[in-house]
Order: sequence, then structure tokens, then C-alpha cells
Amino acid sequence: MSDVAKSTVTLGLIAAVCTALVATTWHLTRERIAANQEAMLEQSLEPALAGLFFDGKVSGSRLVIPPPHGLPGRDPVVVYRVYRQGEPVAALFAVTAPDGYAGPIRVLIGVSFDGGITGVRILEHRETPGLGDRIEHDRSDWVEQFVGAAIGTPPLAAWRLKRDGGEFDQLTGASVTPRAVLGAIRGTLTWYGEHRDEVFTEGDRHAGQDDTEVDRHGDVDDVDSQR
Amino acid sequence: MSRGAFLDELRTGLWRENPGLVQLLGLCPLLAVTTSFVNGLSLGVATLAVLTASNALVSATRHWLRPEIRIPIYVLIIASLVTCVELVFKAWFPTLDRTLGIFIPLIVTNCAIVARAEVFASRHGVLRSIADGLGMGAGFALLLAGLGLLREFIGNGSLFARLDLLVGGDASDGLTLFDGGWLLALLPPGAFFALALAVAGKNELDRRRHDPRRAKAARPLRRRNTGIAGRT
Repeated sequence: MSDVAKSTVTLGLIAAVCTALVATTWHLTRERIAANQEAMLEQSLEPALAGLFFDGKVSGSRLVIPPPHGLPGRDPVVVYRVYRQGEPVAALFAVTAPDGYAGPIRVLIGVSFDGGITGVRILEHRETPGLGDRIEHDRSDWVEQFVGAAIGTPPLAAWRLKRDGGEFDQLTGASVTPRAVLGAIRGTLTWYGEHRDEVFTEGDRHAGQDDTEVDRHGDVDDVDSQR
Repeated sequence: MSRGAFLDELRTGLWRENPGLVQLLGLCPLLAVTTSFVNGLSLGVATLAVLTASNALVSATRHWLRPEIRIPIYVLIIASLVTCVELVFKAWFPTLDRTLGIFIPLIVTNCAIVARAEVFASRHGVLRSIADGLGMGAGFALLLAGLGLLREFIGNGSLFARLDLLVGGDASDGLTLFDGGWLLALLPPGAFFALALAVAGKNELDRRRHDPRRAKAARPLRRRNTGIAGRT
């Protein structure tokens, strides 16, 4: 065999072994990772509902909207409906802002029944530590400025960063990151304004046992696409 | 391989040729994550695992490694191992994974690992390479943990805060010794100061041990480490 052929075979064999190693680890950890993400999601659902009274478990009312859906991002969007005494009071959207500085940003957006923001939390991101990561509630109160905002207050044209001529604060040293999050919020609110009734009525056919599977696949794909 | 030789490899990594203190390799994570003991220790242990496994794999395949493809193979092996470690963190230490964030995947760029593959594992047997990986990895992990401890203490006034992230149990704030603290220690300059103190401390200890009389007369430190050119 020529030297080149030998090298190629060696490289190929080692690549195969390494791939097998990663695939095995992935297989052994995928369920735990999915469960962790789920637990983290549930933990972070509450803060996005600040000041709202509701009953029942929020995560039980899940609705998965597969793409294409018109919401931000191309991943399936998970929606949690929040009820009080049978009346809908809010919906929580776990959407993906596709245009973050370092990949997609998963954002949880709480929208009250009449279309105002109840809270925003960042679920997952890879933004620059120290700059873009201040979108996290733990690191700055930047996301708090959205509470109470709605399409109309301020008007749709003002749903931009101040730097871009809008009404919302930016983050020093990072402009792509807040712009992406703001875009996701604006897109979600606009969509909600047009589809509110579907969210609270039509969703039942997606609910139940099956949608857990759909959602898990969505989440796993999401994590994958960031590799 | 004898027990003495094994211990000698360990000692080399832990002290004589400590990757952080002497070779000054892997400084990026070393400076970035050592803001607390638990962060430093976690990343240190992750690096230790990758380093030991990569040394073992590189050493096991060293007879097939032709010079022209050795670097791609190191990269392949190290990248796969780091991916595995990252998955393990995501599965069993999700909160730590979020805290350390990008620095777990960035273990792949830790030049201490590829340096050990090149200068040691590709030239020695599997057992010696594992010993070298353990020694170097432990040396690096202890340095990270030590710097984390120091910076957490000065910058935050606490010791071992949030150790539960690593070992499980209830959330704990560790020992709070005083409130506030000197923020500079947690900022990047504090990392450089802490590392400088550690390097100076090691050089001083070495000097005293090698020549007690000279240590008393304040003579300038001889530069003992040669390091490796072209570090990143």
C-alpha cells in the first residue's frame, strides 16, 4: 500500500473509533440530558409568570407547534397554557431566536391573555461571557424592561433597541444579542395577537402523551444543531 | 513499569513540570474560570479526565501514527473526548455545565493536552502515558482549585461556596468568612495576580530546597523553566 493510502486508512479507522465513542456517550446521556433540560425549563417557567395567579401545573398544559409556524426560529415551539379556574390567563412560549451572536438563543416568553409580557427568561445561549450573557436574568435586569410591554405599548415601530431608533435599552458592548432576543419577543407577540384563540382552544389535539415525544426530539435536535 | 517510576511521573506533573506553574500552558481556562473553588476544581477534573484518556489513546495508537497525520489524529481524539466529557457534564452536573459554559468545550484548545500527546504519549508506553496524564492533569486541577480558592476567598469572602454543584446535596454557600470582598480578585487582573503569586511561590520553594544558603541572600531568581515555544 502506498503511504498515502496507509495514512488514509489509519485516519479513517481512528475517526470511526472516535465517532463510536461519542455516539455511545451520547446514547448513554441523552435521556438524562433531555430530562435535565425539561427540569430546567419547568424551574424557569415560574419567573416568567411574575405577578400572575394561576392553578395547576404549568408544564401539564403543553402544546407543541411544529414548524413552519410563523413564530421565531425554525425549531418546534413549545407553548404552556396557564389557567385560573378554567379561564386562560397567560401563555408561555419557548421560542428560538435564530440570530444570536454565537448561535441560537432559547427564550421563554410569558404573555398574558390580553397580550402583555408577564416575564422573559433566557433558557439557553452561547453568547459571549461578560457581554452578551447579560441577557440572563441572573446577570442583569435587562429582561425586566419587557414586563408589561405589548404590541401597541409601545407601538410596533418602536419595538427596537434605542440604538436602532426604538424604545428598548441595549447592552453595552453587545448589540447582536439583545437585538436577537428583542426580535424573538416582538415576533412572538405579533404571532400571538393573530393566533390567540388557536393557542387556547385548538391545541388539545396536540396535547397528551404523544407530544412529549415530539418535544423531546425537538429539544435534542436543538442541542445537536449547536454542536 | 515500576511503582517508583509511576510515582516519579506523577511528581513530575504535580510539581517539577506542572503545566500551569512551570510550562505556563492552558492559561486561558486557568485564568477565566478560577473565580471560585468549585469552578476551578470542576474544570480541573474535566481536564484531568481528557488529558489522561487522550494520553492513553495516543500512546496506544502511536505505532500507526505517521508523522504527517499525527496532528489531525490528536485533534480527532481530543475533540471526541472533550465532547464526551461535555455530555457527561450536561447529564450529571447540569448547573455546573451552565456555569462553566463554553469553557468545557474549550478544553479542546488547552495546549497542555496536545503538548503532552506530542512530547510524551506518542513516545512512551500506555502505562507511563497514563501516569503522565494523571500527574499533569492533577497538577493542573490542583492549581485551578487553588487559584479558585484564593480568588473566591479574597474576592467574595467565602470558601467552598456551592460545592453542592459538584458533590450533590443541598445548596450551600460554604463558609462565609466576611461579606463583600475585594472585587478585583474576581476580575481578570486578579487571575493574573493570583497566578503570579503561585508561580513566585513555587520558584521560591524550589530555590530554598535546592540551596538553603542562597535563599537567604536575596539574589535574583534564576529562570528555571524553559517552557515550550509557540504556546497559545
